Amino acid sequence: MNATASPPVKRKLKVATTSLAGCFGCHMSFLDIDERILDLIELIEFDRSPLTDIKHCSPDCDIGIIEGGVCNAENVHVLHEFRKNCKILIAMGACAINGGLPAQRNSLDIRDILAAVYAQPGRGVHVPNDPEIPLLLNEVHPLHEVVKIDYFLPGCPPSGDAIWKFLTDLLAGRTPTLGHGLIHYD
Amino acid sequence: MRTANSSGGDAGEKGAIEAVLSRHGHDAARLMQILREVQDDLGWLSPSVLTAIAEGTKLPRARVEGVAGFYHFFHTEALGAYRVLWSDNITDRMLGSVDLMARMCKKLWLKPGDVSEDGLVSVDTTSCTGMCDQGPAILVNYRPVTRLTADRVDTIVDLIRHKTPLDQWPAEYFAVEDNIRRKDALLSHDLAPGDALRALKSPQEVLDAVKASGLRGRGGAGFSTGQKWDFCRNAIGSGANPAHYVVCNADEGEPGTFKDRVLLSSYADLVFEGMTIAGYVIGAKTGLVYLRGEYRYLLEPLNAVLERRRAANLLGKSILGQIGFDFDVEIHMGAGAYICGEETALLESLEGKRGVPRKRPPFPVTSGYLGQPTAVNNVETLASAALIAAKGAAWYKGLGTAKSAGTKVLSISGDCARPGIYEYPYGVTVAQVLADCGARDTQACQIAGASGLCIAPSEFGRRIAFEDIPTGGSFMIFDNSRDIFEVARNFAHFFVDESCGFCTPCRVGTTLLANAMDKIHEGHGGEYDINDIWRIIRTLKVASHCGLGQTAGNCVSDTLQKFRPSYELRLNVRDFEPAFDLDKALSKMREVTGRDDPGAHFHIAHRKSKSGIGTKAGDPV
Repeated sequence: MNATASPPVKRKLKVATTSLAGCFGCHMSFLDIDERILDLIELIEFDRSPLTDIKHCSPDCDIGIIEGGVCNAENVHVLHEFRKNCKILIAMGACAINGGLPAQRNSLDIRDILAAVYAQPGRGVHVPNDPEIPLLLNEVHPLHEVVKIDYFLPGCPPSGDAIWKFLTDLLAGRTPTLGHGLIHYD
Repeated sequence: MRTANSSGGDAGEKGAIEAVLSRHGHDAARLMQILREVQDDLGWLSPSVLTAIAEGTKLPRARVEGVAGFYHFFHTEALGAYRVLWSDNITDRMLGSVDLMARMCKKLWLKPGDVSEDGLVSVDTTSCTGMCDQGPAILVNYRPVTRLTADRVDTIVDLIRHKTPLDQWPAEYFAVEDNIRRKDALLSHDLAPGDALRALKSPQEVLDAVKASGLRGRGGAGFSTGQKWDFCRNAIGSGANPAHYVVCNADEGEPGTFKDRVLLSSYADLVFEGMTIAGYVIGAKTGLVYLRGEYRYLLEPLNAVLERRRAANLLGKSILGQIGFDFDVEIHMGAGAYICGEETALLESLEGKRGVPRKRPPFPVTSGYLGQPTAVNNVETLASAALIAAKGAAWYKGLGTAKSAGTKVLSISGDCARPGIYEYPYGVTVAQVLADCGARDTQACQIAGASGLCIAPSEFGRRIAFEDIPTGGSFMIFDNSRDIFEVARNFAHFFVDESCGFCTPCRVGTTLLANAMDKIHEGHGGEYDINDIWRIIRTLKVASHCGLGQTAGNCVSDTLQKFRPSYELRLNVRDFEPAFDLDKALSKMREVTGRDDPGAHFHIAHRKSKSGIGTKAGDPV
């Protein structure tokens, strides 16, 4: 190879994102990186994501960012798709890491909850059973109990600055660290 | 025995509370003792009882409830007229406690942790009760019953069913043996009560002798006792009631340790004499023994020893006629919290608070009990100090090794012919100890308890000494038939139960570690989980507030290094597997919707997949 040739154009990394049992708050916080998204888009291209409305992951994604825990069968399928197609998987936010607010139901039996929700006066209980509707899991799980997770980005939600720091570290090949002001406050 | 909280009604309850409160002068610092005595009378600590105690001690109610909720042996719900707690140390398990407890529960139609519908009995587990050489052991209403067998379990079930008071149970059930197998300088001492006191010279001379003897703390950390006393003696009390205090740490909760139980059963005079000498040196008038709740049965015998010593003028005013030499001892009961063995947590507990370790500095020697200069010493340290005062520093210094003077009392349990108490001069090899107690085919020793060191046969030439293997006395032996992974898993769960909950790294980290060990145990573990374990242990070590969290990963990290195959044989070949069965996780929804279509299942059981998880798990059809 010719030593004087200009360096090869760096490939843009493919990033996929999704929200499972989350509130989209982490995605909203992601947008709080504001105009820095223009810098980001120089380095990455978005694959499957609510931002692109692409429905399935390309087989060669580099980074998958997942908000929310796993509460139903569809979440499991989406999570598996991400794991299969992304080199690096990031659990973003409290729900993805710990189950978060949706996991509050874990102290109750899902059958009791549904019986209370779908009880109709005088007509008993009819829980919707259309095959189109994904079944709920007995309990809500954090992502790492279902697939291998490579990085955890804590916060409820993590701030835009924290997400920016985390991603820029990652894209530059540094192990992401948040540190004071982004995760430590005392 | 305690009675169910039914008779007497409100008036009886109020009267009982008031009696206890006035016995303790409505002193908030005595909250632990107040709660224990009220619970003894009323069976449990109901919301109205807590309110009455809060009013009586002028404490915020939340503070009273916080303390009642902290300790395993206080209950804020009714747990039955008979409360059975199975000691759940690994040594109890090795003696068959799991099967025996299942037998008991089955016969009583109970699930562990539940109270029987008639409110008669509850059965649960508790951390090591210090009966490892005579297990499996239980506590029935906080009285120890040792050497459980299937026959004993059956008889106990009958006794409970017939509501037989504990006093009428066979006396041999409550027998606790000393099992002293090897005596050395301390256990073979020939001192009569008072001998060490009669040999006392000036406080400075006694202090110099303790320093010269090279005595170091026997709880495990090994700080110089003379230096501690010197710091404390030089510290100045402050506030309205300046004073110095001696505290005897008799909260031996480290799994596998029971030497303090024996010292307090059969050498109490020497221990109290050591406390008195400590008081003489540092200028304290008051000594406090913090006795672990599991040793509640020792309270009356120990109080009798104290009475005898007062009568002999070995405690009280002008001891042995020496004007100004006043010292007395009081025993405070703990209530089942391992963390209170840590000296600052112990002091918090003594002051009637939750056993949360303090920040150091200031150290207890300058700011201890009630903020006053306090010397906190282990039971064995104090007994040894009495020995030194009587027999001289030079003699003591001649025992043991250059850096570890004197002798160490070991509590030996597990796989050996003769478990019990062994006293050795420091420097004895592990191999020697194993030979003496009749251990065969030993594959590992866990020394210094769950937070200590797990050593493999290649290290059996190492020595018990501060410069090699320091220990508070716990020495558990595992032969070739044992599964070392299960040993580590047992300890991981111990720390979940005993973390005080104050700092997040320990509270969460101990649970994550136990979860990872459980996942491996259940056959879902992979290399990912091993890596995760290392990450958790690192965080525990660097980020925890006190020694409990910092050492909670030791056993897992030791066994991962030295007994790695016991983990690997459980691992899946795959890198990662879910922590639970995915298809089973849809079971309840299949039940309530009646669905059984392909979308109501994950198509491949995750265990059967060869090429990564969920490769064929498409969208619902």
